Amino acid sequence: MSANPLYTPPPVRGEGPLHAPLNMNSKWIRLNRARRHAVNHGVTFLAILSTVLVIAPLVAILVYLLYMGASSLNLAFFTKIPAPVGMPGGGMANAIVGSGIILAVASAMGIPVGIAAGVYLAEFGRGKLLAGTVRFTADVLNGVPSIVMGIAAWVVLVDRRGFSALAGSVALAIMMVPMIARTTEEMLATVPHAIREAALGLGVPKWRTVLSVSLKTASPGIITGCMLAFARVAGETAPLLFTALGNQFWSFKLNQPIAALPLQIYVYAISPYDEWHRLAWAGSLVLIVMIMVAVTLVRIYAARGVMKGAS
Amino acid sequence: MALPQMTTEEDPKPVMQPIAVTAIAREPGAVVQMPGDGGISAIRRHLTERGSGAVADRIFMGLMLACALSIFAIVLFILTVLVIRSKLSLAQFGFGFFVSSAWDPVSGDFGALPFIFGTLMTSFLALAMAVPLALGVAIFLSELCPERLRAPISFVTELLAAIPSVVYGLWAFFVLVPIMRDQLGPWLYKYFGWTKLFDGYNFGVGLLTASIILAIMILPIISSITRDIMLAVPTSQREAVLALGATRWEMVRTGVLRNARIGIVGAVILGLGRALGETMAVTMVIGNHAEIAKSLFAPGNTLASVIATEFSEATGDLYLSSLVEIGLALFIVTVVVNAIARGLVWAVTRGTPSRAH
Amino acid sequence: MGVGISVEHLNAWYGQTHTLQDINVKLPANHATALIGPSGCGKSTFVRCLNRMHETNPIARAEGVVKMGDIDIYKDAEPVQIRRRVGMVFQRPNPFPTMSIYDNVASGLKLNGFRNRKVLDETVERSLKAAALWEEVKDDLKKKSGASLSGGQQQRMCIARALAVDPEVLLMDEPASALDPVSTSKIEDLIFQLKSQYTIVIVTHNMQQAARVAENTGFFLNGKMVEFDSTHKIFTNPTDKRTEDYITGRFG
Repeated sequence: MSANPLYTPPPVRGEGPLHAPLNMNSKWIRLNRARRHAVNHGVTFLAILSTVLVIAPLVAILVYLLYMGASSLNLAFFTKIPAPVGMPGGGMANAIVGSGIILAVASAMGIPVGIAAGVYLAEFGRGKLLAGTVRFTADVLNGVPSIVMGIAAWVVLVDRRGFSALAGSVALAIMMVPMIARTTEEMLATVPHAIREAALGLGVPKWRTVLSVSLKTASPGIITGCMLAFARVAGETAPLLFTALGNQFWSFKLNQPIAALPLQIYVYAISPYDEWHRLAWAGSLVLIVMIMVAVTLVRIYAARGVMKGAS
Repeated sequence: MALPQMTTEEDPKPVMQPIAVTAIAREPGAVVQMPGDGGISAIRRHLTERGSGAVADRIFMGLMLACALSIFAIVLFILTVLVIRSKLSLAQFGFGFFVSSAWDPVSGDFGALPFIFGTLMTSFLALAMAVPLALGVAIFLSELCPERLRAPISFVTELLAAIPSVVYGLWAFFVLVPIMRDQLGPWLYKYFGWTKLFDGYNFGVGLLTASIILAIMILPIISSITRDIMLAVPTSQREAVLALGATRWEMVRTGVLRNARIGIVGAVILGLGRALGETMAVTMVIGNHAEIAKSLFAPGNTLASVIATEFSEATGDLYLSSLVEIGLALFIVTVVVNAIARGLVWAVTRGTPSRAH
Repeated sequence: MGVGISVEHLNAWYGQTHTLQDINVKLPANHATALIGPSGCGKSTFVRCLNRMHETNPIARAEGVVKMGDIDIYKDAEPVQIRRRVGMVFQRPNPFPTMSIYDNVASGLKLNGFRNRKVLDETVERSLKAAALWEEVKDDLKKKSGASLSGGQQQRMCIARALAVDPEVLLMDEPASALDPVSTSKIEDLIFQLKSQYTIVIVTHNMQQAARVAENTGFFLNGKMVEFDSTHKIFTNPTDKRTEDYITGRFG
């Protein structure tokens, strides 16, 4: 405190609590007040500064990505497969379709299991220790790097067998399950208990109540949660690096390597060809737009009070 | 004692005329025959004959439970599979794997120390850059921000958190690297070269660049969870401090941050967890060199990026096994870090919706 | 006619709290019985034990003999079967928000697998008429959602929904407490109408309502049924001093 030039020590007092009435305008108190206000203004400035420092460059990144992507996007991108190395033209049609295939298979595996897990947590597990542990584990799993899922899928489906689209789908599916379980649970928790009671009071069995009342009421939010999970795994590259591997040509088989959009973006980005860099930007734009749509839809639902910010 | 008189007419006149249906008396349990329609009897019959659904209930709950348990199964599956496949290198190198700096596929000597170093260095540098800024944003958004700006800014933050890693890597590779090489790097060397942190060639890629992009990526998650935690502090705490004559910053410091301390630590650790495992963006700008970097400009590698770069071309069981072992280490570390972080955040927010980031 | 309910040595717990202590009472068929008493003394719990809704709460437990007609509902039947024979109307109207009015009223039947279109149509019309709501909603049955009605209308729709499954007993847990006076009096008229075909048990905080509507009244205090007798006797010449104190407003 002695280093602070504005600080003057309080006047010496005698014994007893309020020995003399406090002079609110004494020099010490005035200076101290000024110091406190200065600190307040300083921190406010820092907070605003950090927000600007954070938001502005991030918005700049977003705008830059959109611009670079837009200027590289054309019809050929969506319809052609990559041209031979060094030649102009070509597109990422096979990567878009490939991503679609991988995501469809992953969703078919991950969404039902995820929703069912969420149903258990919300409808059967309230207050039970098992449900709490599952919930905690799901949250922890959501923080595990996706490349680890890729390795696990590699060991079981690729090692000694060969790269395949199915392996990539499995890696993505195990990412989707905990995500969707949590959002489903949160959405089901918003269903008022009174309408469950109404159904039970009518003699509707519990399973039918869960399906026709709870799930039906929460379904917009549950679907939104699935969309979010879909958008997240759609952008994942790491788990596909050594499972789906990528493919320069059209492929529709599940037991063969297949192209995927984020994978192709990565390969093109680190390549030495300008033409491929251009394609990488275009692909990024497609990915970002899809994700922005999903996030915006979630926000709209949140504004309607359906979701409480699970992302 | 006189009790208040209340109207107790025995049979007050009904207000409505009962319709024909309700006038028919029924015996308990008897099936009613309605003139011309089998309505009530059909209902009664259907509902009585219908089973109680007890079996279906059990099957349904069993199915849901099985799917919930699948989450445990996933964790066990990953753990088992990784341990089994890395047996070779576990047996060969033992614990020495994590303290050896050799990484030589040709001679078959593998050690993960450079990658551990790279991971820790980049993560902590990223945290050092991101945490103050994230706190500032969180404080701004929760205490200082005008109501109208709040939604757009937090929307932008959410959007940024959702951008895929590879897209951040693309941007970092084509924008951040040249800036580092041509402008930021020389500037840093000029003014801070005395710290000996900025020696060596500067190609733009390296530890510092990776740390910067990592900081950008973990900022949204730290700031949004911190904001959630700050919002969870009851208003009464804020009001109590203000009533004592505190300035706004003092109110935030003692009324909010002090209460939210634990949760904020949790949010930071969550950011750390994310940074430890971040793969694609880091891979694209870290230079991919399996050596302990001696300066912030030097290329290096992280646990995640070495797997990303070398896995698909690795040959030889020992090589693959070592890479899988690195994956195992990554898995265990991130699980532990995330468990601690989630525990702290949960302790503060007590089970309110958690973010699935 | 409805069935009579006989309760012997009924005890109920919420976790460790002994909410109902040794209740013994006979509720006559085709009569309305009112249950009065201060807040939190077990009236709602008692009523929820009559259709085995009490046990839907994981920490809740009930023991004792409850007979409807000849059937011991705890030993001789499954909860789901009992609930199909006993209708319940809750304190706050709880229509299904995703269903139309028609679907709401028919939900007890449709969700239990009943498919006959003609009978469903007739049942919905009959129940809505019995609940005095038909005239107000007959044009919008399938267009309006159940949640778009006013509070009083919603509660009458919930009554219609309970009636549609043709129960023998109707349980009402403070059905009019969340409603305005006009709706309240409509519902009281309804109860008066219905008691000739169903056995009605109505929990109420409103003693005048009990007096208007029910032939018998039971007074609950701290989990025990202190007194059960004809309404007239309870309100003019109660046997137990505690009942007298409650009636005259000394507490509660």
